[in-house]
Amino acid sequence: MSDCGPSTIVHLLWLIPGLPIVASGIIALLKQPRRRTAATMSIVSLSISLLLSLAAFAHVLSAWTTRMAVERIHSFDVLRETVNFTWIQFGTSNVDLGCVLDPLSAIMLVMVSFVGLLIFIYSTGYMKYDENYTRFFCFMSLFAGAMLGVVIANSLLLLFMCWELVGLTSYLLIGFWYQKPAAAAAAKKAFLTTRIGDIFFLLGIVWLFSQTGTLLFYNNGAGSIESSSLSMLLTQPAALGLTAAGAIGLLIFAGAAGKSGQFPLHVWLPDAMEGPTPVSALIHAATMVAAGVYLIARVYPLMAAGALAGGTTTALTVVTWVGAFTAVFAALIAVAQNDIKRILAYSTVSQLGYMMAGLGMGGIAVGIFHLITHAFFKALLFLGAGSVIHGCNEEQNIRRMGGLKSDMPLTFLTYAIGMLALCGFPLLFSGFWSKDGILEAAQHWSVAKTPLYMLVFGAFLTAFYMTRQVAYVFFGHWRGGKPAHESPAMMTVPLGILAFFAMALGFLGTPAWPWFRAFLDGRAANFAWSGFMEPGLLTLMATSTVVVFLGIGFSWKLYGDRSPKPSAPDALEKITPMTWGWLSNKFYIDEFYNMTVIAFYAWWARVSDWLDRRVWGGVVAGVAWAFALWARLNRFLDNNIVDGSFDKGCDELSVGGGLLARVQSGRVQTYLRILALAVVALVAILIWSSRT
Amino acid sequence: MSVVFYLLAALTVAGGLAAMLLKNTVHCALALTVAFAGLALLFLNLDAQFAGFAQILVYIGAVAILVVFAILLTRGSETPKDGVFSRTWLTGLAIAAAVFAVLGWAVIGSARVLPHETAVPAVTVQQIGVALVGRYVLPLEIVGVLLTAALIGAVIVAMHEKVEHEKEEQK
Amino acid sequence: MTPLAGYLLVAALLFSIGLAGALTRRNAILVLIGIELMLNAANLNLIAFWRYGPHPEALTGMMFAIFSIAVAAAEAAVGLGLVIQIHRHAHTTDLDAMNRMKG
Repeated sequence: MSDCGPSTIVHLLWLIPGLPIVASGIIALLKQPRRRTAATMSIVSLSISLLLSLAAFAHVLSAWTTRMAVERIHSFDVLRETVNFTWIQFGTSNVDLGCVLDPLSAIMLVMVSFVGLLIFIYSTGYMKYDENYTRFFCFMSLFAGAMLGVVIANSLLLLFMCWELVGLTSYLLIGFWYQKPAAAAAAKKAFLTTRIGDIFFLLGIVWLFSQTGTLLFYNNGAGSIESSSLSMLLTQPAALGLTAAGAIGLLIFAGAAGKSGQFPLHVWLPDAMEGPTPVSALIHAATMVAAGVYLIARVYPLMAAGALAGGTTTALTVVTWVGAFTAVFAALIAVAQNDIKRILAYSTVSQLGYMMAGLGMGGIAVGIFHLITHAFFKALLFLGAGSVIHGCNEEQNIRRMGGLKSDMPLTFLTYAIGMLALCGFPLLFSGFWSKDGILEAAQHWSVAKTPLYMLVFGAFLTAFYMTRQVAYVFFGHWRGGKPAHESPAMMTVPLGILAFFAMALGFLGTPAWPWFRAFLDGRAANFAWSGFMEPGLLTLMATSTVVVFLGIGFSWKLYGDRSPKPSAPDALEKITPMTWGWLSNKFYIDEFYNMTVIAFYAWWARVSDWLDRRVWGGVVAGVAWAFALWARLNRFLDNNIVDGSFDKGCDELSVGGGLLARVQSGRVQTYLRILALAVVALVAILIWSSRT
Repeated sequence: MSVVFYLLAALTVAGGLAAMLLKNTVHCALALTVAFAGLALLFLNLDAQFAGFAQILVYIGAVAILVVFAILLTRGSETPKDGVFSRTWLTGLAIAAAVFAVLGWAVIGSARVLPHETAVPAVTVQQIGVALVGRYVLPLEIVGVLLTAALIGAVIVAMHEKVEHEKEEQK
Repeated sequence: MTPLAGYLLVAALLFSIGLAGALTRRNAILVLIGIELMLNAANLNLIAFWRYGPHPEALTGMMFAIFSIAVAAAEAAVGLGLVIQIHRHAHTTDLDAMNRMKG
């Protein structure tokens, strides 16, 4: 592949994000009533992107098949094709951007565009009665284009630019119903929290650029995460015993933690449910939050640099611990929530923790496999929740629902499939295989076994709260107001498609046929039942099955087929009220942040305001006052000295004139006297002169 | 210097002083007439008979009468309440004294070169007449024009009285 | 003292008296009287110089004096006419009150 240069499809790769962005731009210029045009443009542009993505995927797949089957070359890098170009040149250094097509980006492209397209079609039904329909599709298209841009970026800078664009569209879409104060506040919270992560991300980018001189990932050996750069980065020490590689990796992980809602930056994700349900499905379940996981996968060589054989690096250890902790933490909170979307939001946070742990312990394939399966079943669950909300006339509290399995059968069926996939119900559902991959990696982790126990406990909790939710929503009897109805086909058909994939995708990653891992690692994939015979694997599969059944059983015992009144306390609450209090209040993290970070920030803002107004403002006012004083002094000088002297002179002239005028008394006798005096004087002079 | 000269000089000067010092304006006019008469006699003493008689005719006969008429027409016979002399009369007197001083000084200073007794000139009226229309004919004519102009001017200056008076009465 | 000097002194005295009166008296007519006195003093001067000067047969002094008398008469007429007119307007002949031409 690298012999004859990048193929055509790679050169056309920029169209994949480009088309939806262009569609978004055109929709932005349209007027509100042109709803059908807006929706059509979005869907058509994303469909073309999907086709191109499938073509790219097919290309990579065929390359993989020929390489692996025929040439048996085990090299990840051979399957990668890049197209780079120089964006800015300043002096002797360049800033390059580029697109990359390898198995990782190919799979992500297909997933994002496919799930995105299904959600777009769903939205045409869900948002039908909303008056801001066109604006919705404008933002969604922009988001889709930006997310696809993140996926194909070969340059950390291009990735960051699209990352920011994704964050922007997330803000716009969370606050879509901006007239609601809660929605506007949630959008702001999302933006600011991810911003904190992004600051560290930017620091990492700058550091990497300053050390390696390039931000391209792959550049025929000269890229920033290729071996020559990595060996250089490993030789440079940073603080706390880390190398430069590890430190940069941790900084980038901070950005990913913000976007993917890891503890402690998880606070924005549950609030983001204020946005419309398709937004929650696309952005906060399937794609944007997965961008963080994708980022770690992309810079995995950097994170894994310096690892001894069989060991791991500090960066990856941190990723693992954070992921495992988040998985359990979020699952605990999800147990005590009553809003249908919030349960799913916390579930997403928990599953993202699983993905991060999987990346940390098992490598790219393990984490990404779970990402792909999660995208499908979580999108399915959210769209199903949207269907439920729509059917219950915008009700979102699960304690006011019930008995919907007879009123909304299609929704119930697809929701059940999604729920079982999420719990990891054995064998048939994709969640089982992807989660087991993570557990297997945890089992073999060299550092500690604690993450394994945490993740298993997390699995138990997942089964518990999902069963609770399904029991409240679909079983028992209806506790709401008006009766519920099934949703239209425009909404249920995408649900069905997603449900199919939620089941089918699992078979791509079984131990017997580890196609997924092989594809991503660039190895050959052989179908062999002996894959199940790995030591400890069968025990692990049995353990996870038992845990899932335990979770479902326990939850069904507490909640199944009973429908307590909305005002009555929850069953678990009756058992352990104090724990329930902690869980339902989300461990008071938001309140803690309010007291510390936000309070500090408010204080700092007040100090800055005081400084600005009193000190800097005082300086400015002082300067202005000095100028005014100077002006007044000038005026005084001008009036009194310049004018004054002139006026005085004129007055003196006037006075002098007056004095002289008094000579003209108007009286004849005075004139006569003066004449006589003059005569006297003249005669005296005459006599005198004639004498001498 | 003869006694006649001193007498006549004293008369003239007294008349002049009286003319300037008296309060009643008519008395002043009459004192002026005495001064004119004294001057005419002085002319006669100087053997300028024609000038002396012309002095009597013109000055006493016309100018003095005119002055009296003017005094009567302006009710000048009434004495004003603030006094007849101006407030700054001392300045005026001092200036006049200065003039007299300087003139006297000139006369006395040149007293040595002034001639003493000379022969009496024999001047007849015929000679004066011949000189008038001969050598001095131009001044004669001009004086005639002047007198005519003065006459007309005086009439005009004093004439508008009736018109303005009627206007004032109508108002 | 020569006779001529005596006459000149008398003339000078008369002139000064006339001037003093013209400068100090408030009535306009009395100022005119003073001026007449001054003119007359000048005439006396002329005649005295004619009598005691050279060439009295040229009659210069006498002619001068005669013309002076004529002119003085004309001037007195006009002047008194003016005084009368002023009196009609200002209802007074007080010179101290006539300062409308003042500067």
